[in-house]
Amino acid sequence: MRSRRFESRDRRPLRREVLVAPLPELGLVAADGPRDPAPELVVENGVVTRLDGRAAEELDVIDRFLVAHGLDLEVAAEAMALDDAELARMLVDVDVPRTELVRLSRGLTPAKLSRVVGLLDPVELMLALKKLRARRAPANQAHVTNLKESPALLAADAAEAARRGFAEIETTVGVARYAPLNALALLVGSQTGRPGVMTQCAVEEKRNLELAIRGLVTYAETLSVYGTEPVFVDGDDTPWSKAFLGSAYASRGVKVRFTSGTGSEALMGHAQGHSMLYLEARCLAAVRAAGSQGVQNGSISCVALVLSVPGGTRAILAENALAAWLDLEVASGNDAIASHSEIRKTAKLMGQFLPGTDFVTSGYSVMPRHDNTFGGGNFDADDIDEWLTVQRDWRVDAGIEPVPEDEVLAVRGRAARAVQAVFEELALPAVSEDEVAAATVGYDSADMPDRDRAADVEAADDLLARGVCGLDVALALDRRGFGDVGEAVLSMQRQRVSADYLQTAAVIDAEGLVHSAVNDPNVYSGPGTGYRLEGERWELLQALPSVVAPAELVADSPDGPGHLVDTRRAAKGSDPAEVVVAVGPAFADGIRATINDLDHRDVVEAVCAGVRDGGGVPRLIRVPGVADVAFIGHVGARLSGSGVALGIQSKGTAVIHRADLEPLDNLELFGMSPLYSLESYRAMGLNAAGYALGHRVGPVPTALDNFARAKLIVRTTLLHARETAAVRPGEPPVEVELAAVETAPA
Amino acid sequence: MGTNFDATRDYPLGTRRPDLVFTPGGLALADVTLEALRQGRLEPADIRATSETLLLQAEVARAAGRAPLAESLERAAELATVPDDLVLAVYTALRPRRATRGQLGEWADRLEGHGAHRTARFVREAAEAYAERGLLADA
Repeated sequence: MRSRRFESRDRRPLRREVLVAPLPELGLVAADGPRDPAPELVVENGVVTRLDGRAAEELDVIDRFLVAHGLDLEVAAEAMALDDAELARMLVDVDVPRTELVRLSRGLTPAKLSRVVGLLDPVELMLALKKLRARRAPANQAHVTNLKESPALLAADAAEAARRGFAEIETTVGVARYAPLNALALLVGSQTGRPGVMTQCAVEEKRNLELAIRGLVTYAETLSVYGTEPVFVDGDDTPWSKAFLGSAYASRGVKVRFTSGTGSEALMGHAQGHSMLYLEARCLAAVRAAGSQGVQNGSISCVALVLSVPGGTRAILAENALAAWLDLEVASGNDAIASHSEIRKTAKLMGQFLPGTDFVTSGYSVMPRHDNTFGGGNFDADDIDEWLTVQRDWRVDAGIEPVPEDEVLAVRGRAARAVQAVFEELALPAVSEDEVAAATVGYDSADMPDRDRAADVEAADDLLARGVCGLDVALALDRRGFGDVGEAVLSMQRQRVSADYLQTAAVIDAEGLVHSAVNDPNVYSGPGTGYRLEGERWELLQALPSVVAPAELVADSPDGPGHLVDTRRAAKGSDPAEVVVAVGPAFADGIRATINDLDHRDVVEAVCAGVRDGGGVPRLIRVPGVADVAFIGHVGARLSGSGVALGIQSKGTAVIHRADLEPLDNLELFGMSPLYSLESYRAMGLNAAGYALGHRVGPVPTALDNFARAKLIVRTTLLHARETAAVRPGEPPVEVELAAVETAPA
Repeated sequence: MGTNFDATRDYPLGTRRPDLVFTPGGLALADVTLEALRQGRLEPADIRATSETLLLQAEVARAAGRAPLAESLERAAELATVPDDLVLAVYTALRPRRATRGQLGEWADRLEGHGAHRTARFVREAAEAYAERGLLADA
């Protein structure tokens, strides 16, 4: 036997993914693994003799690297002696400065770090992350790729990303040889969108270094580390080789960020029975020891595996907080697809979105996710408005700015033209007018004309062989009338000379000023301190293109006489067949139509016709003293000869009332005004007459739309405000009649 | 080393102490302009940080309490004058089981030849750890 509700839930997107019970032997446990070692650090004569359950001779290559570069033994004795719970409390105590926590972290072993951070619940982790973030203001990183590797589209997307406020933009390649062309398109597009945006092209290290040496990219985050020796070695590296590579990048002026994340060791089959969080603590300790300024972490490409086990989302937030505690810049994941479920992936996002990280995502897909060749696109082009709205809802800066459509079109078009010009100047295969046009307005790469891809890759090889570099790009732009973009590209070259962006958590503003944890550090120390979303920035993040002025939602107050004419003060009726039709203060006057755009004259006529159909006699009364539909109806009922009335608010909400009921009770309430037609109002009149004459009455069948409120509550509020403003307190009810229909002059 | 350099105050160098920043060819930072580019006075080789600049950045990192980052930048300062091919060759040799202890020692010597003493020491230190963990190539 199956429940149809269970069957319905089985069809939800969530059920496409697998949830598993923990299996610690395989590393399928988020935190607190049964085989995670107890924190341990024994130092004899200045030499580490035991580390987290291992004697000196048992230390693996990661341990040995930590001992050599990652443990400050001057702090260690003090830090390791602190109680886990005390350290955990310090992480969330706004009176314990970040600098003090960072100092202590230098003396803590991975087992201690993971155990302490593991004591925090999700909200505590968010507070810790907010407090420990390296840079004062959060930022965001974009992914820009497409299946056709179209340069015009890459440039347009990079320009839009830059214009939307992304501080870094990352591309990659489907075909490795494309790398120089994609890096070039990204550089030109990004600097067209906003000078100072940093770019990278994620490719194999040697190729990556080459692009960096040419000044075509400014940062790299491809340096992966792992938490067990076998996985590190399977990744064809050691902590020493990775640390060397990091220095090599820095020597060529490249900002370097390492990559790690929970789940990779389990996925690669060598978790050694440890929890994901413990292994990530080992990774992060190694990243810091290697001298990286930052890390891309938060499970990254293994996120779905971590989310398959209990506590996975929390463990990912814990690893972000841990990285921040270790004084690393954090690009906090949210790039790879975490879940099929919009609810689940958004819930996961909040862990980083609300506290703010140095880069809230390590790649927001500016284009539709099917064009994301990273396999990313957790949040993509179609989600931008939701992202912006959630920022506005929480009053949180998660690094993306609203931009009006015309400005987006302008910057996309200009970037496509700029890359067209650069391709021509550098004798690369031409970018056609059709490509420029399609890149400006297109949805995805399917909208782009096909290019001769063989010619493109040959040209890419040739570009490298000719030694084309960032200076050539700046000069080409300058020659072709894109002087400002040329200046921006040159400014990025100048940044390579001063190398300021090699410091922790550096981003570059539009004026070329570097903001890093050195000159713009996070100094959050409780409410009212640190980065606050306020002033111009808050004004900007509120002003979504879809926001309307309240006045636009309701028609202006009409001029001229209303549809109803007051006749005399209303007295109690005596006709037992009488049904009073009582209307609100603004009805057919200051407001002339219901929220469903039914003209009030037609509504009154429909109601009265319904009353007559039911054998009743309608009498129209205005209740000027109240705006609430229950009281309008009840006042009407007390004046009605039958004791029954139909009350109608100007927005269309109606009630059938009877004199002997309490005001807030009723016979039938019609609260779904957006759904009512004239037929509905006629049926209400018919029923009211039925009650008046003592007939058996079945309720008027009404539809239910629970979204109507969400859709119309603002208009409802505005209409009701107008009704309320029309209230004349203490003024008695008056009889009204329909005014003669004005006929337009012939 | 620049005169009167204060690692706690003079960052960012590009905006606070441009007087201390030069290209490898000796151009002042302020001379890296579009005008200079148009006149052919900028070479691709000018567009990178010098060892001196990287050492200043290492000082900034150390003053900010980031010793490992400072050490990495000091290695970078040494590698700034090491040819690309040698840098890539040393990286390859440091990968697991690529080099014998003797070969790593030779690469370290090569680095010493370019004045990269810290980095050479780093390579020798790796060789010790690799020997303990079976990460050297078979001789």
